[in-house]
This record gives sequence, structure tokens and C-alpha cells, in this order.
Amino acid sequence: MVGNLIGVLFDGIAYGSLLFLISVGLSVTMGMMNFINLAHGAFAMVGGYVCVTLLATLGVPFLATLPLAFIAAALAGLVLERLLYRRLYKASHLDQVLFSIGLTFMAVAGATWLFGPTQQPVNLPDWLRGQVHVLGLDLGTYRLFLIGVVVLVTAALVLLIERTRFGARIRASVDNQVAAEGLGINVSRVFSLTFALGSGLAGLGGGLGIDVLGLDPSFPVKYMVYFLLVVAVGGAGSIKGPLIAALILGVFDVAGKYYVPEVGAFVIYTLMVVLLILFPFGLVRRKA
Amino acid sequence: MSVFSNPDAKRGAVPAAAGAGAPLAGLLRLPNDRWKPLEIVFWLLPVASYFLFPDYLVLISQIMIIGLFALSLDLILGYAGIVSLGHAAFFGLGAYTAGLLSVRGWGEPISGLLAAALVAGVAGLIVSFLVVRGQDLARLMVTLGIGLMLFEAANKAAFLTGGVDGLSGMATSPLFGAFEFDLYGKTAFWYSLGVLFILFVGLRRLVNSPFGLSLRGIREGGKRMPAIGANVDRRLKVAFTIGAAVAGVAGALLAQTTQFVGLDVLGFPRSAELLIMLVLGGTGRLYGALVGAAVFMVAQDYIAGLDPAYWQFYIGLLLVLIVLFARGGILGGLEKLVRLARPGAGKEGA
Repeated sequence: MVGNLIGVLFDGIAYGSLLFLISVGLSVTMGMMNFINLAHGAFAMVGGYVCVTLLATLGVPFLATLPLAFIAAALAGLVLERLLYRRLYKASHLDQVLFSIGLTFMAVAGATWLFGPTQQPVNLPDWLRGQVHVLGLDLGTYRLFLIGVVVLVTAALVLLIERTRFGARIRASVDNQVAAEGLGINVSRVFSLTFALGSGLAGLGGGLGIDVLGLDPSFPVKYMVYFLLVVAVGGAGSIKGPLIAALILGVFDVAGKYYVPEVGAFVIYTLMVVLLILFPFGLVRRKA
Repeated sequence: MSVFSNPDAKRGAVPAAAGAGAPLAGLLRLPNDRWKPLEIVFWLLPVASYFLFPDYLVLISQIMIIGLFALSLDLILGYAGIVSLGHAAFFGLGAYTAGLLSVRGWGEPISGLLAAALVAGVAGLIVSFLVVRGQDLARLMVTLGIGLMLFEAANKAAFLTGGVDGLSGMATSPLFGAFEFDLYGKTAFWYSLGVLFILFVGLRRLVNSPFGLSLRGIREGGKRMPAIGANVDRRLKVAFTIGAAVAGVAGALLAQTTQFVGLDVLGFPRSAELLIMLVLGGTGRLYGALVGAAVFMVAQDYIAGLDPAYWQFYIGLLLVLIVLFARGGILGGLEKLVRLARPGAGKEGA
């Protein structure tokens, strides 16, 4: 029973860290540009399909596909931000919601047309399969790898935002666009790069997550609520908030599906409504 | 009479307006909302279509039902400015209420509608307390979450709702005990049109009342309304509750006229498509909801027959184009055209 509990906790953390990796970009763009982007999952899907295609048709090793997934999704994000998203930063939330639902529908239809409606299989390399024995527990190797990658990426992200000049520009633009512009920061370029970075991270998450989340054209709609949830519960514009929220949601979702499968996804939705009632502005409120 | 939800709409509305400190005379004088000729022509269209397209009665009835559903969202979104991604929850609640009543032997349609309005309205009232707490993002999430929760609940409670297979075995009794629901959908047509018209008159009256005006004030500047003494949260709750009740009636109408309730009445796609219809027609003008529903469903009937995947692509593209270039939808565009043609002309439609 205790072993079970730790196993569920471990799987939940792995799942939560994946959710965090995909959603962190959404958190930053939402906090920064005040843009409600329901199409964020589509960038994760782009990463996922890039991984699958490279693995299956070109035989690229799994580890090498991950940076490519990041680059492909980041490029897609950059192009879309430059062409479309930026026109709507000042628009109402309704417009943003409609626009991004439209993009999501197009992405779903496009993926169906290109890859067919079925689930995509992923062949993990042998060294990532099976289980490892740690301190008397059997842990899934892939999930351990997943957590490791997310820890590394998060550390790099924190360093980037806290310790570099570009990070300082991002923080300045999030806090006060007008003042940042007045200080000579090219806010619009910072926005574009941040959007690309967030989309790239989502793409990386999409590639990493095929084994956990699955991959089919309905991916952006199926997980839309999870990504939004992480940001809404965690609080937009921060890294810490979504991290905490993603871990809580991941653990509760896995635990709910394991212990009370008949209730299914109910646990997560109830948790979300309760958390939103308790913290209508998110767990971590960004300081102005 | 099935002017349900309207009596409590007005009862909710007038004291709320009185609370704003309006003088007694202002309370007694009704706002001017005479029907314009164009509106009367508009309402003759469905009547004419009954005789012109007798083969399409089922589709036209569905358009009217979904139009009613879109109207209920227009009150919440177009007037009160609450972005809801889970409005299908109330539609589905109404549909299942009417459906379950009918399956258990209570097939009388009008009381079925009233029950559906009551159930959906009470659910709307409860949800409205959560909705007024947060800002756009939290509202979006709460409505989306509640919609998904109800979908899951209906899915898991297969013993009650039939789950994925849907709820069948409904038998709707004759309307007023005299008009049998026939295979050609004649009774269903007049029944849907009647309910739609009665509720439309009520909603039209509501949005032209001081209460409706205050909703628009909240939409345009929620922070300033308390300064003139308006209780913003209470107004939003009333609007949300009425919207939910009307959505419940629309759901019940669909259930009664098709004598079937599928799980899709609660699904996210239904909420999203509803939003699309509303912005396609134009928000905040009531007629936009009806025009949008009609255009959307006729187009869907045409294109979706070819390939559902393409349909979804074009719908997505259409949304992006509307947002980027055609804010205001069809009616908004027409209004601009009219204004260009006749400088100084008044507002078209309502």
C-alpha cells in the first residue's frame, strides 16, 4: 500500500512536470501580453508530430528529435506571433478566445489531414524502457528521465529569466510595458522571442509526452483544459505558480484515476473549481 | 402560458433598477421599444419558410432551437460581457430534464419545458456565484470546468442518462393535448417557433429595460458601475441565471422535438460552436444570434456532408477572419453598409 502510494506520487510528479513544461510558456505569454491563448496545445502537438515523423520515417535517434521538436514549435510560434497574434494583444478577451479556438480547430483539421485521425505510436529507445530499482521501489525509467529533463529545463529557464539581460528585459516587459519601452527595451521583439520560447517549450513537452499523454489530432482540445488549468490555478506571469499547480494537478489526476477510476476525470475538474474559488487570481500572484 | 423565466426576469430586474435610485416616475415609464418594420419582416421569414420549404421543416426547427440557445448566450456574453465556454452545460441539463421526465412517463411538453427552465436556472444561479468571483480567465475556466464536469457526470451515470448511447425511449405527448408531434415535424415547427418568439419578446423587453442598460454599462466598464450605485455582482447573477434558464428551455425543446438526447448536448464542441454562431451573427443585438445560427447551420448542412474534417478547418478559418477583419459579424457588417449608404441613418434591426 505504501509502495503503491509512492508509485502513484511518482507517476503524478512525472505527469505534473510534463504539464508544467508544456504550460510554462502559456503562463509567461498570458502574464506578459494578457493574451488568453487556447491554441497553446497546438504547439505541443507540432512538437509531438515532429518527433514521431523524425523517429519513424528518418530514423533520427529519440534524444536528437527533442531539440528539433523544440525548434519546429518555436518557429511556428514565432511566425504566428509576428503575423497574427500581435494584432490581437489589445483586443478583448473574447476576440482572443475566438481567434485561438479558430487556430485550434484549424490545427486539429490540419493534423487529421496530414497524419490521419489515429493515435501515433512512439518507439522509445531500449535504455528508456522498463523500470529501475531505486531504494526498494520500481520506478518507470521513462518517467524518471522525464522528471530529469524537466528539472534541467526549469533550472535553465530560471537562470535565463533571473540572471541574464534578456531575462531582465522579459521581467521588465511583464511588469510595465510602457516604462520598459521608455527605457529603450524593444518590447515587441521581447514579446516575439518569449512567445517563440514558450511555444518551443510546449513543443518539447509535446515530444516528450507522446508516451504519457498520447498523440492524435484532438490533442490540443483534449488537453486544453489542463494547460489552462495550470496557468489559471498557478497564476499567470510566474514560473513558481504553474510549477506548484502542475504538480498538484498531476498528482491528484493520477491518484484519482488510480484509486477511484469510476469517477474518472471528475477529481481534476472538482479540484479545479475548488482551487479557482479559493484563489480566483491564482496561487501565486504576480507582484506589479 | 409559458412566459416562464420572464416573470422572474422582470421581478429580478425592476427592484434592481429601483435600487439604483431612479425616481418613481422613471420606474413607471417603460422604455421605448416599439417594433420596427424590419423586425416584423424578420419574424415573417420563418412563417414563410414553412410554406416555401416544407421538406426542410426539421432543419428549420433545429435552427430555431439553436437560435434560442444562441440568444441565451447573447444575453450573457453580448450584453453582460461574461465569456462562457461551458454554456452547453445548461442546454444539456434542460435536455436531460425534459428527456428523463418523458422517459419516466411525464410526456406533457409545456410542463417539461418549465421543469427544464427551473433545473437549468437553479444550476445557473449556483454557477453564477462562482462566475462573478473572478475575471475573464477565471470565468472562462469555471464555465469550461463545469461544462466538462457535467459531461463526465452524464457519461458515467449511464444507468440514468444512457451514457454514450444516449437517452432514447422518449414519448412526447400531444401539444395542448391536441397536436400530435408528427413525422414531418409540423407540430415541432410551430411549437419551436412559438416558444422562440415568446422568449424572444421577453428577452427583447429585458435588454431594453433599465436592467438591460445597466448590463451594457457593466460590460463597457465594470469598475465604474458601482460608482453610480449599481450592484454589479447581483445584476450579473440575474443575467447569468436567466441565460441558463433559456438555454435549458432550448435543450428541452431539442429533446422533445427529436425525442432523443445524445451525450453531445453537453460537449465542449457545442459550447464552442455556439460562440461561433453568435459572433458570426454579431453579439449584443439579439437578432445576431438568430442570423448566426441560421447561417451556421445551413452552411453546416451543406459542407459537413462533404467531409467533417474540412468543415472544422473552414470553421476555424472563418473564426480567425471574423476576429481579424469583421468584428460585429454579419449584422455588424450590414449596419456599417447601411451607415455608408445613408449617412446619419439610425441603427438597423433592434
